[in-house]
Amino acid sequence: MEAIITGRAFVLGNDIDTDQIIPAAHLVYKLDDPDEKKNYGKYAFSGVPIEQSGLPQGNIPFIREGNWQSEYTIVIGGKNFGCGSSREHAPFALQVAGIRAVIAESYARIFYRNSIDGAFIAPFETTHALVKEVRTGDDLELDTTKGILKNRTQGKEYQLSPLGDVEHILRSGGIFEYARQSGMLKR
Amino acid sequence: MTITEKILAQHSGRTSVSPGDNVWIDVDVLMTHDVCGPGTFGIFKREFGQDAKVWDKEKLVVIPDHYIFTKDMHANRNIQILRDFAKEQDLPHYFDVGTDRYKGVCHVAMPEEGFTRPGEVLFGTDSHTCTAGAFGEFATGIGNTDAAFVLGTGKLWVKVPETMKFIFDGEMPKYLMAKDLILAVIGRIGVDGATYRAMDFCGTTVDAMTMEDRMTLCNMVIEAGGKNGICAPDKTTTDYVRARTNKQFECFYNDDDAKYHSVHRFNVREIEPTVAKPHSPDNKAAVSEVAGTRLDRAYIGSCTGGKISDFIAAAEVMYGEKVKIDTFIVPATTEVAKQIRTLKVKDKTVMQIFEEAGCRIGDSSCAACLGGPSDTFGRLNNAEVCISSTNRNFPGRMGSKKSQVYLASPYTVAASALRGVITSPREFFE
Repeated sequence: MEAIITGRAFVLGNDIDTDQIIPAAHLVYKLDDPDEKKNYGKYAFSGVPIEQSGLPQGNIPFIREGNWQSEYTIVIGGKNFGCGSSREHAPFALQVAGIRAVIAESYARIFYRNSIDGAFIAPFETTHALVKEVRTGDDLELDTTKGILKNRTQGKEYQLSPLGDVEHILRSGGIFEYARQSGMLKR
Repeated sequence: MTITEKILAQHSGRTSVSPGDNVWIDVDVLMTHDVCGPGTFGIFKREFGQDAKVWDKEKLVVIPDHYIFTKDMHANRNIQILRDFAKEQDLPHYFDVGTDRYKGVCHVAMPEEGFTRPGEVLFGTDSHTCTAGAFGEFATGIGNTDAAFVLGTGKLWVKVPETMKFIFDGEMPKYLMAKDLILAVIGRIGVDGATYRAMDFCGTTVDAMTMEDRMTLCNMVIEAGGKNGICAPDKTTTDYVRARTNKQFECFYNDDDAKYHSVHRFNVREIEPTVAKPHSPDNKAAVSEVAGTRLDRAYIGSCTGGKISDFIAAAEVMYGEKVKIDTFIVPATTEVAKQIRTLKVKDKTVMQIFEEAGCRIGDSSCAACLGGPSDTFGRLNNAEVCISSTNRNFPGRMGSKKSQVYLASPYTVAASALRGVITSPREFFE
């Protein structure tokens, strides 16, 4: 996890489930094949109903036709982000598409855990209803060490909730590196 | 302590734990399937080496069940990856496609094969692994990375959850099923109402339930965000488990002074046949409120609503009648498929009743519950409106984003299939 993450915002609503993040029909591609895994980026958020894709206006595709990487870097979500299945393909697909962090009001626990233990993306929580304030395309700067989000387009700043117990796993680079650094696993 | 706290304390080598504690626990069983097994095995080899062996092959269960009867070449390749890994690791508990050992839906096959036992810790690479909490064990879903960690070490860290208690009292009305109860719970607390928590189901109604009914309750705790579901084991539990395994197990019970996040009481006589409307499992309505809604399709199957008791229930309603809409029947496992052909309602087998009603019957697998490849049996490929005994109705869950899914009990699905519109099963029992 980088100390500073900058880039454009992609805004979604409440209860973004894993079928919307990566529809089940696409869970068949190899995750460790450099070419094949691009499909996960290509189809990331392809299950989101288009009118709810890229709020507040909607109808904004996360991935442009023919691409597998997104022009957006930080996802802003509402409550219960990542609910549904245990598919690790969900945070993985976002990482492949170029997402570095998600900032949501709350998470479903398996998505949150997968994001941390695989160190795919940084899942920050916030008490601010950012979905109502940040607009898709806004220029953001996230300081992951201080947990401060700056909206450079709107000139606003928000203090996010601390990552808490899981921060050391995320900063280690995932559960395997964490276990090696703490002596549980041999190097 | 609660049952969940006691199991986690024992498996972390402690005398006690409290909610919020992060503990490393020993894993009794790890389950994976064709969607997440290949990724899990890939990470296992990346981290532990190409020649690494799993921590304990007796404790690993591999059940292909998601994308089985499809021409999708990537899906077929995933089955081959499972097959190769099972051979390389000499796995005793691999249930291969195309053989007599093939089972179908993992969460129903696990109990059938004696892999769900009181007091144990079960992790699975599937969110509905929580189904096994019905047996008085700690069971929850994890991702590929965590599963790969377990494969190499037999351990995983967990945060001890608080427990929410759900007390159901009263005799179940004839027209009601466990599915109605869990839809009522999710409708009351919401799709994030139990996030990070254990959901304990108890009361005289639960005491009188079969294992399959308890599995239906625990199966859908994930739809309320729950970490695990749990039912205290009793004679029903131990009779079921002992008939299927010789392995020793230990039963845990809630202490009288156990602390709960909250307690929720239900009188089941007051619960109506219930649906979850599109597109969320907490979008609750009484069947009577949406009766008459036009349907294109009915679907009975999955880990939630594809057990033998679910099909017997549907057959009771469909006996001697014909369906008005396309009705898909998918027995969760090959064992359920066998029972459909032998068990009877009145003078006819369940299978005969479905065939005479004009249902379409598919092979055992997860099938259209989660959409899957485009040639999946029962998949909603267009803007169909479907009533289903499955567990999720998110946008596009069963296929097309244009489709709409109502979740309901097998009684309600069967009654609605006969009328072609959403119909209360009460009129079939009164």
